[in-house]
Amino acid sequence: MDETQENNKTMDIKVSVKNLTKIFGNKPEDALALIEQGKKKDQIFEETHQNVALRNVSFDVYKGELFVLMGLSGCGKSTLLRCINRLIEPSSGTIEIDGENIVSMDEDELRELRRTKIGMIFQSFALLPHRTILENVGFGLEIQGTPVAEREKKAQEAIDLVGLSGYEESYPSGLSGGMQQRVGLARALASDADILLMDEAFSALDPLIRRDMQDELIELQARLNKTIIFVSHDLDEALKLGDRIALMKDGAIAQIGTAEDLLQNPRCEYVEKFVEDVNLSRVLVAKDVMKRPEPLISSDSGPRNALRLMEEWGISSIFVTGKDRVFRGLITVEGAIEAKKQGLHLKDVMITDSLTVEMDTSAHDLMPIMAETPYPVAVLDSERKIKGIIVRGSILAGLARLEVDA
Amino acid sequence: MSDILPVGEAIEAIVGWIDANFGWLLDGITTVMNILVSGFQDGMAAVPPLILIVIFAVLAFLLTKKNIKIALLTLFGLLFIYLLELWSETLLTLALVITSAAVTLAIGIPLGILASRSSAVDMSLRPILDLMQTMPSFVYLIPAVIFFGLGNVPGMIATIIFAMPPAIRLTNLGIRQVPVELIEVTEAFGATGWQKLVKVQLPVAMPTIMAGVNQCIMLALSMTVIAAMIGARGLGLNVLMGIQRVDIGGGFEAGLCIVIIAIILDRITQNVISTPHDQ
Repeated sequence: MDETQENNKTMDIKVSVKNLTKIFGNKPEDALALIEQGKKKDQIFEETHQNVALRNVSFDVYKGELFVLMGLSGCGKSTLLRCINRLIEPSSGTIEIDGENIVSMDEDELRELRRTKIGMIFQSFALLPHRTILENVGFGLEIQGTPVAEREKKAQEAIDLVGLSGYEESYPSGLSGGMQQRVGLARALASDADILLMDEAFSALDPLIRRDMQDELIELQARLNKTIIFVSHDLDEALKLGDRIALMKDGAIAQIGTAEDLLQNPRCEYVEKFVEDVNLSRVLVAKDVMKRPEPLISSDSGPRNALRLMEEWGISSIFVTGKDRVFRGLITVEGAIEAKKQGLHLKDVMITDSLTVEMDTSAHDLMPIMAETPYPVAVLDSERKIKGIIVRGSILAGLARLEVDA
Repeated sequence: MSDILPVGEAIEAIVGWIDANFGWLLDGITTVMNILVSGFQDGMAAVPPLILIVIFAVLAFLLTKKNIKIALLTLFGLLFIYLLELWSETLLTLALVITSAAVTLAIGIPLGILASRSSAVDMSLRPILDLMQTMPSFVYLIPAVIFFGLGNVPGMIATIIFAMPPAIRLTNLGIRQVPVELIEVTEAFGATGWQKLVKVQLPVAMPTIMAGVNQCIMLALSMTVIAAMIGARGLGLNVLMGIQRVDIGGGFEAGLCIVIIAIILDRITQNVISTPHDQ
């Protein structure tokens, strides 16, 4: 970790933010003066009715780095991200991209910068509902005035890159959340920008899909080597993705560092409290460590099918579900063989009292449960539908993953 | 009129002044609108009725993304009107309504776009639109007659004023309702103001704008009988004569034709834009 940090220092600075302040309100000068005097956000609001969203924020992002801006809602992380392409105008301070101050750019220069250098990905996907996937991905190029043939070729490449080949002519409404966000990613990649701004990009996705997307982003990043600024409120996500993390509070940066820095040497009480909860086994919950719920078998199915599936997947038990994946029980290999010999139905040999847990059961509570049962444990949602499966290795793997990343 | 507050007198003075000083402009408008309507009507009347009915049915089919039900509705509805022997009146009414609606939309949609981009425009338009929508439509007939005389044109002017508010309001609303993140995306990718309008705002707002178009056409149709009171011809006149002569049958037949046209135009405008779905 120390080594990579050393390397970072010798690498080129891609984005450099210096003393950035953003005041929301009609008289930002008043508030700026009070910030100079070192007054707090609440005091300033009381005196001037101006809202300090960012105060004297400075940081550098290196070329090829995945930099996470992290903090609770209202800490200013999304405002900061939007200042970097000036969707929000900073009140004071400078932002340099490739050494050029973008705060002083006029409208034409800014438009050129947005078209060629910066791509953005949104929490709500923000796809145009009246356009096909191909047209959505080509949107940025269309804005630049790229000829149709070239636009479609580049859009197609981006679609292939995020694994959506075959959906070119679909409309966003026909795609799942995870697929829609792939379209968002492809749209940002199609215009060949070196900087990607990702605003809570995966926060609207199911936990399993979110994890897949995180893995995929890491993989894509290894290949494409973009400079990514990623906003997240999720510490797990920050620890997993970030080369470095800036933890924000009340519009200021509390600490910048690698995941390890933050966990090992918290510089102030706030950071300490924030990461204190990363008693890893308490932070991880069932949905974080569970595997995909496959294979499953319908309670109407027969023992032969159960045995075939177990053989195919190399497992010794399989969960039985009713309609809509509602949990019914568990079939062991012994049970299935017995049923096959005596010509019984699956439901006659199924273990109905095998243990189950909820999505947010913590790893800490999972461990004694796992110790108690020889079988895998099913993770159920409030309607008792199977959302995932936990085997003994899952928790350890989950913990190890966090520790390795940290 | 009140002696204490001379509102009525003020309005009379303004109307008189406009009539005296802008007569040339009013005459010009009358001429242009008359040319539009009679050109439209003559063009349609030149085609044999049965062929025109088939053309309309095919048009309905193509406009509604191949909705066979609406095509059949158009075909049989118009055949019914033809058999009632009200074909030429219907063509004139259609010409009046569509011309009025076209002028209304040509003014209303750009005003709606302006109102969506500037809150000042929005705020200053709002009381005027409120007035236009709540003022009983008969009141528009008086200045229309003074400015444009009797005939089809004053009827159309009254219709245009009456049908304008939903076109402006729904265009404004539709654009303002475009989700903020779609606007952010557009700006983040470096779009110009014009690109933002034509590539994102108008297409995303289109269902709402089309609801405004639909409302506008329906209101224009609802004015046909009232406009007949100041000399507009077509089906409205037949209804009005039915009232004056207590001719129940004749009035009802003409009224039925207006309903049929209303249903056909309503179904077509509601189905021109269907939300895209995954094939």
